[in-house]
Amino acid sequence: MNSPSQPVVQVDDLVRKFGNRAVIDHLSLTIESGETIVIMGGSGCGKSTLLRHIVGVMKPTSGSVKIFGQEITSLNDREIVKVRRRFGMLFQSGALLASLTVGENVALPLIQHTELNPEEIDEVVKQKLQNVGLAGFENLKPAEISGGMKKRVGLARALALDPELLFSDEPTSGLDPIMTAVVDKLTMELTRESGMTAIVVTHDMTSAFRIASRMIMLNHGKIIAQGTPAEIRASPIPEVQQFINGEPDGPIPLNLSQDAHEHHPHVKPRPLVNARGRLHRKIP
Amino acid sequence: MRTYFQLNFSLLYWIFLAPFRGQMFKLGPVFRQMVAIGVRATPMVALTAFSVGVTLAMQAAHSLQQLGAETYVPDLVMVTLLREMGPVLIAVIVIGRSGSAVAAELGTMKVSEEIEALEVMAINPISYLIVPRFLAMMVMLPALTILGDYIGVLGGWSVCRFALSFDTAGYILRALESADTWDLYSGVIKSVVFAWIVITIACNAGLHVEGGAEGVGQATTGSVVQALLAMLIANAILTAVFFFGA
Repeated sequence: MNSPSQPVVQVDDLVRKFGNRAVIDHLSLTIESGETIVIMGGSGCGKSTLLRHIVGVMKPTSGSVKIFGQEITSLNDREIVKVRRRFGMLFQSGALLASLTVGENVALPLIQHTELNPEEIDEVVKQKLQNVGLAGFENLKPAEISGGMKKRVGLARALALDPELLFSDEPTSGLDPIMTAVVDKLTMELTRESGMTAIVVTHDMTSAFRIASRMIMLNHGKIIAQGTPAEIRASPIPEVQQFINGEPDGPIPLNLSQDAHEHHPHVKPRPLVNARGRLHRKIP
Repeated sequence: MRTYFQLNFSLLYWIFLAPFRGQMFKLGPVFRQMVAIGVRATPMVALTAFSVGVTLAMQAAHSLQQLGAETYVPDLVMVTLLREMGPVLIAVIVIGRSGSAVAAELGTMKVSEEIEALEVMAINPISYLIVPRFLAMMVMLPALTILGDYIGVLGGWSVCRFALSFDTAGYILRALESADTWDLYSGVIKSVVFAWIVITIACNAGLHVEGGAEGVGQATTGSVVQALLAMLIANAILTAVFFFGA
């Protein structure tokens, strides 16, 4: 559907501020069809915020986000719906609807967006759950399965409509190494064989190096490094080396709060407990 | 406040305009919500209405006996119930039971990213979550009010029949004679207005929860308090319009 020259996602000079703090700071990024992009970075560096801007749930302070060639920041509701039918998203927590069963959750996009009859929907749901290793779990409620299983159901749901583009927010956190490999293999099959584009946010370096065709490292809302897995591994940038090798000491600060106080001079630090040794009621 | 009016407008859009643009809401969830919001509240409503009917009759009998006007007890029970006590008390029950449940449920969905997930799946949360709850409430609160009116009158009857010198036929005749159809209609109109107030406030509170479990709790409490206040004020205004004007 896309001409080969048209990027799937194009982010231009994106800025998003919460108060005075720029969570995303003049970030530009182009993602071509068929790529598997892994976005890395420490907690709070703006990865999830970036994803939320690309899917149009959050509006940027300034800058442009194009997805399938359409400027998502200025689309109206009906046009956004059309764009969103073309991609799937896996949320960090799975974000399954607690009132529906596992099967109904996976079936939801199919019921809402296709004309399939109930038998066909059943068939697709079984197939998608089979792919993530959860065949036979259709009738359980999300509350009855583990966190890792919820995540896999979330992935099955994201893939229900066979999307052209998949967003995964930490698809493998909370999964055991074997399930991680299964999910990675599934992602790779879909991208290498069906031409799907995948944008994956992850902390799991084994998984990241396994699936990525290109890796991007964010820090303080900016891209500090990008390249193929080999390039990233050989990167001279100390932040990158610290991150991929998981070292406690290095240029990435342990403590973000010092920064935060500089930007919020009106917030006075106060002790957690009061003079009588009790906790203050509100802890921000 | 702005979000509240936005919610009202998008509700009207999704109920009245969207079906003509090929985006009909599904009826199944409406009935499911009717059971959750309305049918499951029946025992509670019945108990309240009965006790109110009994109390009204006893108080009326106590005061009217001194004037030698005991025959007017059914009149008083009937008119008070249909016009005021029925709609208001049943709305109070529904706010406490169903309004709070809706606010808490939607708030939990907001906090656990479920509503965001719906948006990303190109499913409009207003159409998918709010419209069924809204329609269910608009049908069930008036229905519960009518049921409550009946049961309240039954409570009044039980006092008159067993503690005062009424026979059943006498009570029924007296009660029917005293009440206009307008008494019933005014109560039902009130309950429709209350239904609108209760469900929009509950949904608005739930959809705008921030800050985890604590936020859900605050939003639920807030929605109950706001809905109660708004309902009582609306009741005073409607009573003034219906019975006190010109």
